[in-house]
Amino acid sequence: MNSQWEVVIGLEVHAQLATQSKIFSGASTAYGAEPNTQACAVDLGLPGVLPVLNQEAVRMAVKFGLAIEAEIAPYSVFARKNYFYPDLPKGYQISQFELPIVGNGHLDIEVDGIKKRIGVTRAHLEEDAGKSLHEDFHGLTGIDLNRAGTPLLEIVSEPDMRSAKEAVAYMRKLHELVRYLEICDGNMQEGSFRCDANVSVRPKDQAEFGTRAEIKNINSFRFVEKAINYEIERQIDLIESGGKVVQETRLYDANKDETRSMRGKEEANDYRYFPDPDLLPVEITEAFKDEVRTTLPELPDAKKKRFIEQYGQDNESAATLTSSRQLADYYEALVKVSGGEAKICTNWVTGDVLGALNKAGLEISQCPVDAERLSGLLRRIADDTISGKIAKQVFDAMWQGQETADQIIESQGLKQITDTGAIEAIIDKIIADNPGQVEQYLSGKDKVFGFFVGQVMKEMQGKANPTEVNKILKLKLKR
Amino acid sequence: MNNKTIAELAKSLRAGEFSSVELTQTYLKRIRQFPALNAYITVTAEQALAQAEAADKRLAAGSADLLTGIPIAQKDIFCTDGVKTSCGSKMLDNFISPYNATVVEKLNAAGTVMLGKLNMDEFAMGSSNETSFYGPVQNPWNVSCVPGGSSGGSAAAVAAGLAAGATGTDTGGSIRQPAAFCGITGLKPTYGRVSRYGMIAYASSLDQGGPMTRSAEDAAIMLQVMAGFDEKDSTSVDRPVPDYSAGLNQPLNGLKIGLPKEFFGEGLDGEIAAVIETAVNEYRKLGAEVKEVSMQNLKHAIPAYYVIAPAECSANLSRFDGVRFGYRCDNPADLTDLYTRSRGEAFGKEVKRRILIGTYALSAGYYDAYYLKAQKVRRLISDDFKSALDEVDVLMGPVSPTVAFGLGEKTGDPIQMYLSDIYTIAVNLAGLPAMSIPAGFVDGKPVGLQIIGNYFAEDRLLNVAHRYQMNTDWHKQMPKGFE
Repeated sequence: MNSQWEVVIGLEVHAQLATQSKIFSGASTAYGAEPNTQACAVDLGLPGVLPVLNQEAVRMAVKFGLAIEAEIAPYSVFARKNYFYPDLPKGYQISQFELPIVGNGHLDIEVDGIKKRIGVTRAHLEEDAGKSLHEDFHGLTGIDLNRAGTPLLEIVSEPDMRSAKEAVAYMRKLHELVRYLEICDGNMQEGSFRCDANVSVRPKDQAEFGTRAEIKNINSFRFVEKAINYEIERQIDLIESGGKVVQETRLYDANKDETRSMRGKEEANDYRYFPDPDLLPVEITEAFKDEVRTTLPELPDAKKKRFIEQYGQDNESAATLTSSRQLADYYEALVKVSGGEAKICTNWVTGDVLGALNKAGLEISQCPVDAERLSGLLRRIADDTISGKIAKQVFDAMWQGQETADQIIESQGLKQITDTGAIEAIIDKIIADNPGQVEQYLSGKDKVFGFFVGQVMKEMQGKANPTEVNKILKLKLKR
Repeated sequence: MNNKTIAELAKSLRAGEFSSVELTQTYLKRIRQFPALNAYITVTAEQALAQAEAADKRLAAGSADLLTGIPIAQKDIFCTDGVKTSCGSKMLDNFISPYNATVVEKLNAAGTVMLGKLNMDEFAMGSSNETSFYGPVQNPWNVSCVPGGSSGGSAAAVAAGLAAGATGTDTGGSIRQPAAFCGITGLKPTYGRVSRYGMIAYASSLDQGGPMTRSAEDAAIMLQVMAGFDEKDSTSVDRPVPDYSAGLNQPLNGLKIGLPKEFFGEGLDGEIAAVIETAVNEYRKLGAEVKEVSMQNLKHAIPAYYVIAPAECSANLSRFDGVRFGYRCDNPADLTDLYTRSRGEAFGKEVKRRILIGTYALSAGYYDAYYLKAQKVRRLISDDFKSALDEVDVLMGPVSPTVAFGLGEKTGDPIQMYLSDIYTIAVNLAGLPAMSIPAGFVDGKPVGLQIIGNYFAEDRLLNVAHRYQMNTDWHKQMPKGFE
């Protein structure tokens, strides 16, 4: 990228709150039901119906606000955002405008080892719209209102990010946080977590912001990065070729990897916001905040710091293990039941467990080998019943079935041989069969030692205790 | 039977003088007898008789409430399960509500018989019932005059004995003004006293349902059932409902009445002023003290109302878009065509006017000058009422500056039409309870006395109205031909 330009990015993230029912009705929020089976009279916007605020959504918004050390408004107001669209049943969306529930807060990100604080301007509660279905209706449009009224928390950042990488780091951090708080399932395919990006560029020495374009509805981390980078290039090219960036809404097309104009500023809606007279202002007391504060879990940054201190992890392992609350819990459960060997637990979880999960496309919560079972395996490594190499074989078997490590070791006869007599006998045989290699070793070629270890292991199907093998070999091959 | 009050009918039903089925048949017959009044949009005869039969069983079993078996009717703004709920509009001419409004639910549970759905100004926007898609309603006292609006069908039906009582809604005077024009008793409760759930919204921060009856005693009986907190309406107030009938007879010695001088200025018909004065004198005789009060911001009530109410209605009526229910134009070319033609063809002129005013008032660049300013005025008006009601128990004055005017007389001049609510609108802006009770006649047409009380003082209002009705018989008059 041309270095005389500075990029300015702000994100608006929509996090779907994990409430059981909708924000203003009792209908279920479960995903994937038959169209219009989870839309009650209120969601349909029938004449005469009225919204009633779901207090659980308020609680979740406050929880988020406390987690980013934001101001929680003692008094916030729902407003009507007016526009016509077939999947917007009332002809207005209930949102918050002038007085949002969460005010100024912040989130710390890290890119290439550099830490940075990103400001959060506000977060407000609103209802989602339904969906327009354009397929299967022979040129007509179908409307599914199951999603209408689903609670959303719109989290608006300050224009504090200076690269697509920072934007992705911020979005990931937010994603991690809302899942930690258990206020959003973070499922991006289902649209539970999606973002709009405001992007502009300005000459490095210029104080005021350039004209921004808003890229709508980006639903993956990868697309955020690609869409922003495309947009940065587009704007710089435009300006450098004598053009001007216009304020507009653009859509990212993942197939073509480009953004294109949806509507310009002059076509923008006048939403005619005004306070919704059907809903009372939301009042948040100190007592309520205190109560919600007691439900806050240990947050990702604090947990990461503790993992480094308590388990002697490096930055990278700690970041990996605290990237989700479930993974961190798994790790800590493992350390606990396996009796403290933190290092080996770290290696196993960041290595074998995550590797297997990735390969299988599973979440830690779906891991077939729970911490209890895995600890059984680690115990057998620690007490020399099996070697590290055999352990991987046992782990694979555990992944496939329900058996414990001990059952697998027993049934497959994988127990390590520590009987020095048996090992000695094999070693004697191998020394006798390979006089040439013995010669080489004795003449100073240390590498040949490995050959002998390999031969012994091969002969003993990997079950020999490597420490014993080493010890005896060294004795027998004394120079 | 048809000229009896609810209280009298309840006694007769218990005494076995007639059954609810007989009573219901009498009313149904009268409804058929006076089709020209056009009070009903829908008559639910079959359902009414079934309810009456059930009521008779309850009466026989001794498990009846006071309202059990009493034939009433619902303003067509209240959603009624399985019954057309038109709101007086072509837009909802095909709308069969799949659910009951809370008020309907409560009145059903009390065992009332619903005779049908009453005519009204389209979406409750009007002061003469002339904006209804179903045509105007005649005033039983003078069939060439309007019954008032928007609850014109309710007022005419009760006045003509086509229902023992009716529900109405009042956003700027829509219960009180038609009650005054038709010589019946109407009560607009405190905002939040009666659930708005299922009551099709016109201006949500002002709308309030209430009873329209032949007497204050009847209003107490109906309000008893209609009032109360509803978890489905966030703006309903969680506060116990007092026994409205218990205090009706309390003497009025020492009652402090305030007469806002702004209610008696220019624009008020002199003969009406005289009727009000006579009524106030009657209160003096009953032991009340009367003093003049002043509320300087009342003069801003109409402009403030005609910003706030249209602003809210412009959003409230957006759901009528031809997509999910209600009227849809034929063969829409595209989405914009669907919206513009469906709304253009199905909304009447007054509704369109208010949607446009409201949309304008909320638009970028105008919001502060109109909507915000109007909200500030609203606050000032509320403060005026608060100070006045610190000094006195109730305020009294006329309901409307004139008696019922002729059909068609003001339809060409919206401002003149709006002015007929000049004494009622401020009460809605303040959210206070108020009543209209019959207090005399001018040119053979009824005059209403307005009584305004403090927040949640419906019991006091009913007491004040009832004592007057114990000593006068204006409320007992029946229009000629409808006795």
